[in-house]
Amino acid sequence: MDDAIAVRDLVVDRGRRRVLDGIGCTVPRGTVTGLLGPSGSGKTTLMRAVVGVQTISSGTVTVLGHPAGAAELRHRVGYLTQAPSVYADLTVRENARYFATLQGRSAADADAAVGDVGLAAAAGQLVGTLSGGQRSRASLACALVGEPELVVLDEPTVGQDPVLRADLWARFHALAAAGTTLLVSSHVMDEAARCDRLLLIRQGRLIADDTPDAVRAATGVDDLEEAFLRLIRAAGAEPTGTGEAA
Amino acid sequence: MNPTILAATTGRILRQLRHDRRTVALLVVVPTVLLTLVYFMYADQPAPPGAPSPFDRVALVMLGFFPFIIMFLVTSIAMLRERTSGTLERLLTTPLGKLDLLFGYGIAFGLAGVVQSTVAAAAAYRLLGLTTAGSAGLVVLIAAVNAVLAVALGLFCSAFARTEFQAVQFMPVVVAPQLLLCGLFVPRDQMAGWLQAVSDALPLSYAVEALQEVGAHSAPTGLMWRDVSIVAGAAVLALVLAAATLRRRSG
Repeated sequence: MDDAIAVRDLVVDRGRRRVLDGIGCTVPRGTVTGLLGPSGSGKTTLMRAVVGVQTISSGTVTVLGHPAGAAELRHRVGYLTQAPSVYADLTVRENARYFATLQGRSAADADAAVGDVGLAAAAGQLVGTLSGGQRSRASLACALVGEPELVVLDEPTVGQDPVLRADLWARFHALAAAGTTLLVSSHVMDEAARCDRLLLIRQGRLIADDTPDAVRAATGVDDLEEAFLRLIRAAGAEPTGTGEAA
Repeated sequence: MNPTILAATTGRILRQLRHDRRTVALLVVVPTVLLTLVYFMYADQPAPPGAPSPFDRVALVMLGFFPFIIMFLVTSIAMLRERTSGTLERLLTTPLGKLDLLFGYGIAFGLAGVVQSTVAAAAAYRLLGLTTAGSAGLVVLIAAVNAVLAVALGLFCSAFARTEFQAVQFMPVVVAPQLLLCGLFVPRDQMAGWLQAVSDALPLSYAVEALQEVGAHSAPTGLMWRDVSIVAGAAVLALVLAAATLRRRSG
């Protein structure tokens, strides 16, 4: 069991629209894997399938050796939704302590998680009075407080200033070095370079699943944004291929 | 259910309420203000021979009705917020069980209902001269069971609302028929047969009957306990239905 996540032939339909169309990929343990793609490409749907809250049409999603959403996984997986899902009418500390208790952690663990996302000074503030970036970090603290083995983060760095963004990425890598697996979505290409592995998704199909260096090598360009453009054009030329980058 | 998680969830909901000072003030003060209004409305109305005074009759039912309508509204909106803010989706990825969440709401807003009806009952008995043959404690007990029923109905109905506008529309749908048919306006045995049948199927009718029993008898009656059990049973049924609307997976 070297893979934290194994997705096979995953198909998700929403109404008549096919949102994910035959996704297959694996995410190795102890890595930071970036999930990249334009808005509406299916990133959030794939993440929801991994944490087990998405109704799927066919295929399998295996997480830490169990089917996604299994009861055994609920204290082993942390999930950050794209919109900050914290209680606006509670303080940062109260939010963190509540989610800590759900995960069997102490108030001290909660306070440490708040400090880790740089919100110690705002711990007593109501989440509703925070800036968008702070609110998103409060939500991140609640996702990390249980020290889960797998962390699924949907756009965690949106609205953060560059210094904080660098801090958060350093923290993600520190977690990965300690054995945590992270699946992080982003639509900012400069963040792709910070990942150990990349999944590029477009219109519900996976068009790349590789390391940043291999993506650069396969496309012959250094700039990942340009590399992705080439991959997308190549995938467009053969509409049936899910596109292996290397 | 996990006692630690249930306690944390109940505490979290009460903490949210506590941060909203204006809501707390409205919850506590409004019933007393309305009871005072009723007091002056009926001040010059003579009591019919052999029956309670009009104020006693109406105020007693209102003490049970306030927590019912208010807790229904508060719960509907609170649960809708859980659904729309994404907190519900996140909660369902954690070890929290559905019943931890539903009972957490039941206990938290049930307690809020107890505080509300205690204050309202204290004002009604001490300031406005409400008299009942039975004890005020039983009135508060029935009000508390009503509050829990309202929370359960609110949790269930919120599943069918996508927006706050829709959620508040369930108030007239769920609450108004129960108020009209509970026996306050027209005694239930004087209604047309089919209306009686509808009234028999609505839990608030039993809560009102239980309150009227407290009004008329100095000791708790068997009928009162039966009625309280029916209201409590309806609350449990509504909670089970609400649990069925909570899906860990959605589209």
